[in-house]
This record gives sequence, structure tokens and C-alpha cells, in this order.
Amino acid sequence: MKNKTGKVHEPLFHIVKRSALPFWKSWLFRILSLLAALVVCGIVIVTVTAENPLAMYKTMFEGAFGTARRRWSLLQDMAMLLCISLAVTPAFKMKFWNIGAEGQVLIGGLATAACMILFGEKLSPAVLYPLMAVTSILAGALWAVIPAVFKAKWNTNETLFTLMMNYIAIQLLSYFSYVWSNPKGSGKIGIINASSGAGWLPYIGNNKYLFNILVVLALTVFMYIYLKYSKHGYELSVVGESENTAKYIGINVKKVIIRTMLLSGAICGIAGLLLVAGANHTVSSNAADGRGFTAIMVSWLAKFNPAYMILTSLLLVFFDKGATEISTAFSLNDSFSEIISGIIIFFIIGSEFFINYEIKFREKEGAHVKAQKPAAPGPEIASESGKDGDSK
Amino acid sequence: MIAAFITRAIMQAIPLLYGSTGEIITEKSGHLNLGTAGVMYVGGICGVIGAFMYETHTSSFNSVLAVLVPLLASIIGSAIMGLIYAVLTVTLRANQNVTGLALTTFGVGFGNFFGGSLIKLSGNTDIPSIALSDTSNAFRTSLPFADSLGVIGKLFFSYSFLAYGAIIIAFVTTFYFNRTRSGLHLRAVGESPATADADGINVGAYKYGATIIGSVIAGLGGLYYVMDYANGVWSNDGFGDRGWLAIALVIFAIWRPNIGIIGSFVFGGLFIIHNYIPGLSMGAQEIFKMAPYVVTILVLVIVSTRKKRENLPPASLGLSYFREDR
Repeated sequence: MKNKTGKVHEPLFHIVKRSALPFWKSWLFRILSLLAALVVCGIVIVTVTAENPLAMYKTMFEGAFGTARRRWSLLQDMAMLLCISLAVTPAFKMKFWNIGAEGQVLIGGLATAACMILFGEKLSPAVLYPLMAVTSILAGALWAVIPAVFKAKWNTNETLFTLMMNYIAIQLLSYFSYVWSNPKGSGKIGIINASSGAGWLPYIGNNKYLFNILVVLALTVFMYIYLKYSKHGYELSVVGESENTAKYIGINVKKVIIRTMLLSGAICGIAGLLLVAGANHTVSSNAADGRGFTAIMVSWLAKFNPAYMILTSLLLVFFDKGATEISTAFSLNDSFSEIISGIIIFFIIGSEFFINYEIKFREKEGAHVKAQKPAAPGPEIASESGKDGDSK
Repeated sequence: MIAAFITRAIMQAIPLLYGSTGEIITEKSGHLNLGTAGVMYVGGICGVIGAFMYETHTSSFNSVLAVLVPLLASIIGSAIMGLIYAVLTVTLRANQNVTGLALTTFGVGFGNFFGGSLIKLSGNTDIPSIALSDTSNAFRTSLPFADSLGVIGKLFFSYSFLAYGAIIIAFVTTFYFNRTRSGLHLRAVGESPATADADGINVGAYKYGATIIGSVIAGLGGLYYVMDYANGVWSNDGFGDRGWLAIALVIFAIWRPNIGIIGSFVFGGLFIIHNYIPGLSMGAQEIFKMAPYVVTILVLVIVSTRKKRENLPPASLGLSYFREDR
């Protein structure tokens, strides 16, 4: 495109990939985006409730941390979300889009419930607990490995395959809810072994959730080491970066895909075990409560780092609990929390752009004529424009 | 009974058809929008909000306006959803799967929140629930001669204008893809954005356009569901997982909207078949509800094992395009 004088028309700005941003700067961007999100959420809250937004954030804080009971429930929800996030992370890092965690958790939970119902009062705890653990892990792994095999063999789209597996798991669970319904015909599995408590995970110091939290903590450490220091972790990140490179250096890509999904499904199975035997003591088709999907966002926001995932899962659970408190206080629908979480995730997703790319604006007319070559703005202009880009 | 089954199946099919046609347009530009489920909720609830405002604020009810106001509200709502997705994935190059899931969280939450709180927010608490029967009747006006034609009339002419709209849009989209210059450009953008860019096609504009138009069409599916299928009654989570089923239908239709028409009828039938098989226990019904998902997996596997080039998804699906990448 040339104008009258024959000069090349240069666009107002263009976008360049950043080489690397210092650690503190990238986190500054994320925190700024979070603050921007909070401002937007504040506006939404005010328009809906016509209350002082600061008071509302205080209500949210109360809702999440107000009492000891709420703090434990926050920790439990956080642990479950974190557990499922840990499960999807290795697959995710391999660029295998496992959005079937929901179904894998449900199947794991169903396997646990089956053991508790069928053998709960027949086997001794020393046999029952290992049996529950093994069946739930196997069930979760099975549910995850089916799409993985097809992906490895025929490159079948895993996003859609795992998604469909969710619904099959949900229907299977609904079926067994009728088979084992309690009271009969209600279509619900009530509290399992309510009188004997057989198969319930142990309370530590009278606390129902502490056991779950400790298990998830151990899994977090395991996953951190597995991804960062093990050969498996290295292989899967190479496959994720470039399949051709992986083949070239002699990694068996198919094996890595199947192995990673087995692990992913197994951890989802554990999440199902903890949910059913450690918290709810029953199972229903909404036991996973959308966490299979939220987990993907937790993992991605944390850049697949298990340590950061503790923070990101806390963030999302906090907003969930807080917004639920707001909706109770104003007798609004409790889906309010999903709107708030959605807005916050949009902003954090958007902020990644400013971490990875830099906007360079066109230089002043005079400078351009003098230079008369492809724009190569000086470092000070570049850093200025980077800041401008962020404030938008 | 068979005629009743077919008409019910087609009514189930229409939202899926809207959703899948919209999603196909978006995917042809190389963007896998997993937010379709959320977009369809927003399309539905915005129509409800529009109709609710109109019904509560008007003194003389006019059927044409009663259709136009919710239709416009629905289109605006879904277009904004499409715009959010496009800004994040096209301009800001965010991960499409994560953005899509966030859009679904947001959209479903938005729908359920306003569905559950609209009455409270409007301050008009003497209304017990949202039942927009007048608007729904306006939407469901069918062809006048349908009743006089017996079974034929019931099977072919008893539907509302949005149902025929879905089929017409699907045909028009197929024509657009295969027979127009602009459709060719759109497919080029989805197959290889760099090649399209080198050819002087405005990649960003096509991606934005395809995402927003795709969202608007998907949103109409939500509107059809509330106004026609559910008789103007919004129930939270009533729309269920049809948005995801619409994404499944895209694969079933191997990215062709005209096949999507037949596919949606099949899916609609599978979706309700458990009601028409006599003697099923409650548990067995749940097993039958698996059918659409199992069929989708089968199609997915068959398509991927046969690897015919014209049946494969757009080559750049799921990848964001950055001109300076090599």
C-alpha cells in the first residue's frame, strides 16, 4: 500500500513477541489484570445489588474465611479442585486436551461407591480400603486411556472424545443411582453405610477433611517432582513442545501419550475416591460439580506449575465461595459466582498476551522520514509502549 | 405415535442445528469455540430478558414487536459473547480451549443468574415466575394451513419460523462455503492462515466475522429452545448440555451444515428415544440417554481412521495465528 508521495504506509502499531520478561514483571502484569478484573466485578456487583462494592468484597471475604467451618470447607473445595488440576496437568503439558476429567472423577467415585455398597459391611477395613483405592484408580485410568489409545493410534480428536466420555460416565452413574437407590426408587444413592461408616475415610482429630487435604498435598509434591525432575516429565514436555522433535530424539510418542493419560486418569480416580469416601459419603451425577472444567483453567493460569496451582485454585474457590455468600445475602441466584469467576478468568487470560507480546507504536513522522528503514524503535520507546499496551 | 415422535425429535433437533451451524462457521475460520454452550445460554436468556421487558412495559401487545424485541436482544447478547471470544483468541491469541471453557462458565452462569434473579432485579415481586406465554405464542405461530393437512401438515408444516430458519441458514451456509469467493477465503483462513494472509486476505477480519456470526446463529438455538420448545418458561439448567451436543454434531456432520440438518434430526431422535420405547425401567432409560454420545464417539473414530481429506477438520483448528511466527 503506497500513498501519494510513494512512501510506504506504516501501521499505527505492530506486535512483537517478547523474548523473556523478568519474573517480577510478568507477575506484576498478572496482579494488575486481577485488579482490573476486581474493578469490573465491582461495577457488575454494584449494578446488580446497588451496594457499596468494598462492603461487598468484605462480604465475600466473610463468606470464604468467616468461620472455622467455612475455612475448612474452603480448604476441602480447594483440595479437590487442586487434585483434579494436578490430574489434568501432565496431559495438558503434552498438549493433550483432556476435558474429560469430570467423567474420570465420576467413574472413580462410582467405583468407590460400588465397593462401599457391595463390600462395605462384609470385608475388614484392611482389605476394604486398598480395594476401594485400587478400583477407583483403575476406573479413572480406564476412562482416560480409551481416548488416549485412539489419539495415539489414529490421531482421533481427544478434546471431543474425552468430552463425550463425560456424558457416558454421567449416564452410567444415573443408571446405578437407580440400581442402588436408597430409599428404593428415589434415583438417589443416599448416605452409604450411614450407621456403620464402613469405607469412610478416617477423621483426623475429629476433622472430616484433613485426610483429603493431606493426600492432595502429597500429590502436589509428587506432581511437582514428576514434572520437573523425572524422565517421564521431560519426555511429555518435549512431546508437548514438538512431536517431531520428540520422534527425532527417539521418544516413543504413542507410549508417552498413553502413559500420561493413564496417570491423569488415575489421579482423577483418586479425586473421585476422596470426594465419595472422604467427603460426601454418597455419589451423584453432579458430584464433580464442574471441577473437571474449572481444573483446566486452574492448571493453565498456573502455567502448569503445581506450586502455583495452590494459589490459582485458592483464588477460584475464594471467588466461588465469596460470590455464593453475596447471592445468599441478597437472595440472588447462586450462579452469580460463575459470572464473577468468568470475568476474572477473562482478564487473566487476556493479560497473558501482554506478558508474551509487546505492542510497538509507529514512530513520529519526522523520525520515520529520517530513518527511512523498517521500524526499529529505541529501547526506551519500546518499554514505554509496553506500559501503554498494558493499561488498556 | 411415530408422527408425534418425529415432530418431537425435530423440535429437539432445531437448537442443535443452530448450535452446530454456528460452530461450523467458527471452526472453518480455525477457531474451536468450546464456549458455544455458554453462548446458547446467553442467546436464550437475552431473548427472555428482552421479552420480559417488553411484556412488562407495554400496554398494547403487538405480536411483531414481541418477536422482534427478543430476537434483537438475543442477537446482541450472543454477538457480544462472540466478540469476547474473538478479542481474546484472535487479537490477544489466548488459548482457545481455556477461553472457550471460561466463556461457557460465564455464559451458563449468566443465563442461570438472570433466569433466577430477573424478577427480583426488576423489583416487580408480585410476578411468581417467568412465563412468557404471550411472547411464546407469537414465536410459535405456524403456517395457517398446517392443521388442515393431517399428518403431512403435522410432519412438515407445523413448526415455527425459527425452525425453518435453522434449516434455511444451514443450506445458505453450505452454499456460502462452496459457491462464493468469500466462503473460499474463509476456508482458506481456517486451513492455512499464513497462506491466506500472503494472498492478501484479511485474516483477522474473517476470524472476527466468523466467530461473531457463528455465535449469533448458535444463540438463536438458545432462543428457539426457550420460546418454542419450553413455551417461554425459563428453568435453570433446563437447556442442559445441548450446547456440547451441538459441538458433537459438528463432527457428526463432518463440518458440513447440510449434513448437519440430517445429523440434528438423528440426534434429536436419539435424545428422546427413551420416552418412546415401551417398558423401560427408570434405570434403563438412563442407559438409553447415552445414545447420542456413543454415536458421536463412533463417528469421531470412523472419521479419524479413514482420513479422507475432505472429511478432516480445518487444518489450523485450535491454533492461533501470529504473522511473525514461522
